[in-house]
Amino acid sequence: MTATAPGHAGPEVRKAPASPASGPRSGTVRRSLFRALPVSPAVVLLLLFLAGPIVYCVVIAFTDLQLTGQAQESFVGFDNFTRAFKDEAFLNAVWLTLVFTVLSSLIGQNTLGLALASLMQRASKPVRTLTGGIVVTAWVLPEVVAGFLLYAFFRREGTLNAILDWLHLPSQNWLFTLPILAVSFANVWRGTAFSMLVYSAALNEIPKEVTEAAEVDGASGWRRMWHITLPMIRRSIGTNLMLNTLQTLSVFGLIWVMTRGGPSGKSQTLPLFMYEQAFQNSLIGYGTAVALLLLLIGSLFSVVYLRLLRTEV
Amino acid sequence: MTDLLTPRPTSRTARRTTPASRRNRRRTAADAGLLVAAAAFVLPLAWVVLSALDPHASLRVKVPDGVTLDNFDAILTPEITFTPLLNSLVLCGGATLLTVVCAVLAAYPLSRFRSRLNRPFLLTILFATSLPITAIMVPVYALFVRVNMIDTMQGTIFFFAASQLPFAIWLMKNFMDGVPKELEEAAWTDGASSFQSLLRIVLPLMGPGVAVVTVFSFVMMWGNFFVPFMLLLSPDQMPASVSINDFFGNRGMVAYGQLAAFSIVYSTPVVLLYVLISRRLGGGFALGGAVKG
Repeated sequence: MTATAPGHAGPEVRKAPASPASGPRSGTVRRSLFRALPVSPAVVLLLLFLAGPIVYCVVIAFTDLQLTGQAQESFVGFDNFTRAFKDEAFLNAVWLTLVFTVLSSLIGQNTLGLALASLMQRASKPVRTLTGGIVVTAWVLPEVVAGFLLYAFFRREGTLNAILDWLHLPSQNWLFTLPILAVSFANVWRGTAFSMLVYSAALNEIPKEVTEAAEVDGASGWRRMWHITLPMIRRSIGTNLMLNTLQTLSVFGLIWVMTRGGPSGKSQTLPLFMYEQAFQNSLIGYGTAVALLLLLIGSLFSVVYLRLLRTEV
Repeated sequence: MTDLLTPRPTSRTARRTTPASRRNRRRTAADAGLLVAAAAFVLPLAWVVLSALDPHASLRVKVPDGVTLDNFDAILTPEITFTPLLNSLVLCGGATLLTVVCAVLAAYPLSRFRSRLNRPFLLTILFATSLPITAIMVPVYALFVRVNMIDTMQGTIFFFAASQLPFAIWLMKNFMDGVPKELEEAAWTDGASSFQSLLRIVLPLMGPGVAVVTVFSFVMMWGNFFVPFMLLLSPDQMPASVSINDFFGNRGMVAYGQLAAFSIVYSTPVVLLYVLISRRLGGGFALGGAVKG
């Protein structure tokens, strides 16, 4: 039943590696080709629609491709990149991306997720279920809906100011005065569930005897957390931080709905800057150069993530 | 070690707090902490539910002065709700189907046969899993314009499937690894082909796994805004994730009650689907090895 036409596999199937080393027996080669056959639809899709655009990204980042009014784009070398690093709007976007990532992912989602998960270890079941349900619902909602809900929350006439008024605290137009803070909070609201679930799973795997022993020895809650729990879940912390950061780097819809990157660029992170350059300013080449930088940062994190996981594969 | 487990007369026991009462106090404190967090998280959600039922909805959480379904009535028209939802369904359904079929096929040899290619392939897949897809949307747009695939459902479906595939393959492979190989070997001895054994033995045994990948892919795409926002142009092809934007831009005065009603109608399917699979996912939050620490 292994009889199959060797040509069947198509050019995209990973054929080359089939074996310079595995010997001259063509039967082996044919068998590995046959076994690789089912992988080919996925590989074709991935090559055409994922690897293709990435390669294309690298190519047009070095051109002055524009959206309109230009017959032929030309190769401009590193112009787009040098331009970016002299462009104040770009540097502003880099800074805001950094602020957004540190505030919402590293500090917000991560710490709050861990706090919720460890409280859940001790809480009663109904409270645990209720809180978990609410936090996870925020996570499952489509990003535009989440963006809209938090837009309503932070608007001048929205819920946050209503609460502040009620407490006789000064209210303000959050989306106008502190837009990056507002969108960071929005991202915490939306993304904390992921950390919470990861940390809940990690904490559940810590053997009870270990914490009980420490407790009997009189270690206080904070010291147990610092000296026992955190070291035991450090791998989960690493992977969670990586994934959160990558997620946060590519947030677009949430910020777009809440502020469109405004006012005057005060919440314009790199994805929104990229979009503005490519489409509002019609500079596809420049926008792509920014995209390439974003992709490089992402790949860097991705490689670190792989190293953290290296024993798993 | 056992020595450590027997309580000692420490200062704490001297204060006569038995371990049980201490545990109770800690539980109360934890409950209080969680309830505060829950209250903070629930505010935006409460707004959408209350406003959808409120004839005079504003941006503020408030108890409606009268409950009405008018907001739902107003949006449940072909133009506002049904066409976008149908578009979402075609788009996400098509892409999910493509993703799952490709992922099952790809996962099979990766899980069943040893090859020196498996590891590099899986590492590449895992690497691609965490690439920020947002970053490549501008070049994807440029590429789609060049090959005339811009503003086509097929093009968007293909791209959606490709972007979801790495994670789907990874998850699927992990689920498939859970099906013991011996069962299949028996079938092979009886003369079944690999394809037959995949279809008749492996897939039925990993039904829940396939369901998880299907639902997860669907939920991810259903909520995705940027991909259809970039790749589709004509209004009659827009899925709900993009058409919800119209409430802001083109309809003049924003009718908050209607917007809230639409948000609920649009979100309900994915929330329900998530609840459906959350037992599978939530137990130890399996999501494959991807989040294992």
